[in-house]
Amino acid sequence: MEIKQAAIVGTLESSDIQISLLPNPGKGLEIQLQSVVKVQYGDAIVATITEVLESFGITDAIVDAADRGALDWVIRARMQAACCRATGTKFNWKGEDQ
Amino acid sequence: MQTAKLKRTSLYASGANPINMIQAAFYNEDCLVYDMEDSVPNAEKDTARLLIYNTVRYHRPANKYVIIRVNGIYSEYIDEDLEAAVRARPDAIRIPKVEYREEAVRICQRITEIETEAGMEVGKIEVWCNIESYLGLINAYEIATADPRIVALALGAEDFTASMKAHRTKAGMEIFYARNMLLTACRHAGIEAIDAVFSDINDPEGLKEDTALTRNLGFDGKTCVHPRQIDIVNSFFTPSEKEIKYALRVLEAVEEGKRQKKGAVTLDGSMIDKPMELRARTTLAQAEAAGIAIGGMRK
Repeated sequence: MEIKQAAIVGTLESSDIQISLLPNPGKGLEIQLQSVVKVQYGDAIVATITEVLESFGITDAIVDAADRGALDWVIRARMQAACCRATGTKFNWKGEDQ
Repeated sequence: MQTAKLKRTSLYASGANPINMIQAAFYNEDCLVYDMEDSVPNAEKDTARLLIYNTVRYHRPANKYVIIRVNGIYSEYIDEDLEAAVRARPDAIRIPKVEYREEAVRICQRITEIETEAGMEVGKIEVWCNIESYLGLINAYEIATADPRIVALALGAEDFTASMKAHRTKAGMEIFYARNMLLTACRHAGIEAIDAVFSDINDPEGLKEDTALTRNLGFDGKTCVHPRQIDIVNSFFTPSEKEIKYALRVLEAVEEGKRQKKGAVTLDGSMIDKPMELRARTTLAQAEAAGIAIGGMRK
């Protein structure tokens, strides 16, 4: 799926993560992460971000993530919202039934 | 109606705020209401919906009755809210500003359709209807009996008083009739009645007075606007040791009367009638649901 516009989702408050999702045509995925727990959970956060991008079929994007200690499902939710906004699509709720 | 799960207190957690949602699970409320409606700005409806979905579907608190409040029936958000809320598998979905039976029927039908599409057990998700206007109040019994999913009506006093052109006061005389009418509808329908919030979070004495009235009128619980209200409200809906002991004596007297084939039974010189027996059974059921092991120890 193609990113049509830049999208920013989330906040810089505690337990949240702010995701900026930008187009990156033909250049693959570039994920930049700032996190207070990067040493401990950086790989897991990037894995969640990558997984959501893959579920939307997004192969070219720049993700700038500013994490404030968000839990996994918060990261997932923020990424899903960012992908919907950036691609101009609604979330596929029926896809959750599989 | 007495159910296994207590619904003494309902606390809202805004879907716009992850820290609020996470912290809300650690207070003592019986019902945690994840909110997609009033506490979420229009620009964040999409993010709140996904946050609530992921929280409830995959990380719901195990010891709470989990509710999702969706946006209004006629809002542009309701269709997608229901898609998300049903698939999140909460205990109940709370519908704001219900005014007509047909509205409740339509929402319940849509929930059934989504449950079916998703391969879920049909009918498992319960529905609470918020009554927040004079129209909703007039039609309360019709709404309460619109569908077997509907297990509670909750009074929304702020919008109700606005619809009446009344002024909201701490004493609450302006909602006294509404409280009684909603209760009457719920009792006749056999569902639970949830009272309106006490808005001043800095007035614990006022909250106590208001909650005493809530309980004495017969409500099953009350919505809280702040975590600091929870323990106060819970205490009013948890039977005291004295009340439990009296309830046990009432039921023992009833059983003794049955054994002796007596038509009328007395306790301390007073006749025990059916309503007294029912109140005693309700008291013990509330105590059990609150985790009190009859005999002294809390579970």
